[in-house]
Amino acid sequence: MGYILGLKEINEVLLHWKKDYVIYAPKLIPDGGACSDTDSIHYGEIQSIEEIVFDRKSDFSFKEILLPISETLFYFTEDSVMEPAAPEKQAIVFLRSCDLHAVKRLDTMYLHNGGEDPYYKRLRDRVKFILMGCEESFESCFCVDMETNRTEDYHASLDLSEEGVRIDNKNSDWDEVFASRCLEERDVIPNYVTETETRVSIPDNLSLDIMKSTMWNQYDSRCIGCGRCNFVCPTCTCFTMQDIFYTDNGKAGERRRVWASCMTDGFTDVAGGGSYRKNNGQRMRFKVLHKVYDYKKRNGIPMCVGCGRCDDVCPEYISFSHCINQLEHGMKEVNEDEA
Amino acid sequence: MDINTKELKKNAFRITKHRGLTASRIRVPGGYLDAKLLSMIQNIAETYGNGTVQITSRQGFEIPGIPFADIPKVNALLQPIIEELDINQAEKGLGYSAAGTRNITACIGNNVCPYACYNTTNFAKRIEKAIFPNNLHFKVALTGCPNDCAKVRMHDFGIMGMTLPHYDADRCVNCGACIKACKRKSTGALTSVNGKVARNHESCIGCGECVLACPTRAWTRSREKFYRLTLLGRTGKKNPRLGEDFIKWADEDSILKIILNTYDYVAKYIDLTAPGGKEHIGYIVDRTGFEEFYHWAMKDVSLPEEADVYKPLYWKGVKY
Repeated sequence: MGYILGLKEINEVLLHWKKDYVIYAPKLIPDGGACSDTDSIHYGEIQSIEEIVFDRKSDFSFKEILLPISETLFYFTEDSVMEPAAPEKQAIVFLRSCDLHAVKRLDTMYLHNGGEDPYYKRLRDRVKFILMGCEESFESCFCVDMETNRTEDYHASLDLSEEGVRIDNKNSDWDEVFASRCLEERDVIPNYVTETETRVSIPDNLSLDIMKSTMWNQYDSRCIGCGRCNFVCPTCTCFTMQDIFYTDNGKAGERRRVWASCMTDGFTDVAGGGSYRKNNGQRMRFKVLHKVYDYKKRNGIPMCVGCGRCDDVCPEYISFSHCINQLEHGMKEVNEDEA
Repeated sequence: MDINTKELKKNAFRITKHRGLTASRIRVPGGYLDAKLLSMIQNIAETYGNGTVQITSRQGFEIPGIPFADIPKVNALLQPIIEELDINQAEKGLGYSAAGTRNITACIGNNVCPYACYNTTNFAKRIEKAIFPNNLHFKVALTGCPNDCAKVRMHDFGIMGMTLPHYDADRCVNCGACIKACKRKSTGALTSVNGKVARNHESCIGCGECVLACPTRAWTRSREKFYRLTLLGRTGKKNPRLGEDFIKWADEDSILKIILNTYDYVAKYIDLTAPGGKEHIGYIVDRTGFEEFYHWAMKDVSLPEEADVYKPLYWKGVKY
């Protein structure tokens, strides 16, 4: 069902939901940027529609709600193990179409890639999604080419417009709360973009031969291996484990998992002192092919959803989309070498 | 030719090696100006000077080759520059009303530089408004971070930006970037403890390298701006020396108050027989002892609770 609501009414809806849900959305963090007097946009709990940032892209994605950056899996003593309780409240997450497509990628990795991950599942099961429509794309977005510019998989959609807040509700439990406050009931189609300034093209003939291309070498010196591209990516799913023993009682401790990055040192360290992909060009190669080749081979769709956050965050101005567009040339290079 | 050189100097003109020719000194607080002023400076240099301009070591402009007789006309042309830069003035149209307190210098700060912990331009302008015009010989310089590109330790008052880093352990992935940056570029104040990071507040200089290095925003800047205040550095023939740390984690208001208080202290204790009536503050402190200076400087100053005050201070420097 579609509804048009006023801002006051939508805030009443949020207030109503707060009894049962924690509501997360991209919000402005004043002075949250790395440089002084700069802000940033992160996911955080919001109280009102005015707190949600619509006109800028969030620096980090919704991912940290489903997959905490640092998550304690269990506490241990000498003879017992205890898992921390899951959050009691349900959650609502406001996100854009690209990010909603990213949820599918996370689900694939954590729910349908062998056994279900219970820690992911217990957070995932409590979440409902509200789509934030996109009236226009941002400079680095390439969702249209990644076919993530539209989605149907939301519980409700929300767009700001001059006539009011436009809602398309697919969750029948919420019809009452919208219907009782709406200015008008009307079919609503969420905003979506049909073109982006940044375009990408993944060559059809892409194969692992691309590993031999010289295109990766430039990143040996350009990339600093900081991992920002991974941490802002809504589809990066790697984590690493920390078993720590409390300093004031070494017989008790906890196991945590924390986000890991295939671009940073340590990611490929193995027992015995080995380490693969020591240079950053090869790390870039691994990451790019995972996003647009390996994952697609297993799951039928590319992992990258084209949000462009990796381009936005790179301190060395390395563009992931630009790299994708070099793949075609790289394939020519390796095919010519073989011919 | 009859010229009162004392008044001429106070009016920010110079006695030069060329008899009968002076140079006009334009103060530019923080070295920051609207580009449109450059054409006004060009006009003065071409109309009354010798067509050249010196960018001074204190971030102002000096227009040489001006005949003494043209000083009133130059002052008239300086008026829009003085007004645009919001310089305090005793009387309009007569140029600068003092020259002893020198132009406030500053690095480019966070208008541009990613490392800067604050807006050096704005703070420089605030200090300028509070202390100029004054005939006492004071040098104040500001720099955005402890890199000290503005070389503030060479000044009476050196102001270095600091940020108090805030750490959100829940956002930390133990990538080690902050620890590495702090060790390689700063003071090595960070260590890894149980997969998280511990900061040694004593050795932290608030440079913000951890914040800049952090890929997950586990480290963020404090909303409050903090400063390191260094005291009484100087160049000169007698005993050049670097300024010593006086207060770490100071705030803007306190620094301003300390500078203003120091004017009172200098007015009280300056050697009236000093050549040209000019004496670096440091020599006065050498004479009165640090405690007396401290007593005057800290009058009615209320520092933030984070502030660390170092005292007494001892200076080294070059002794010939």
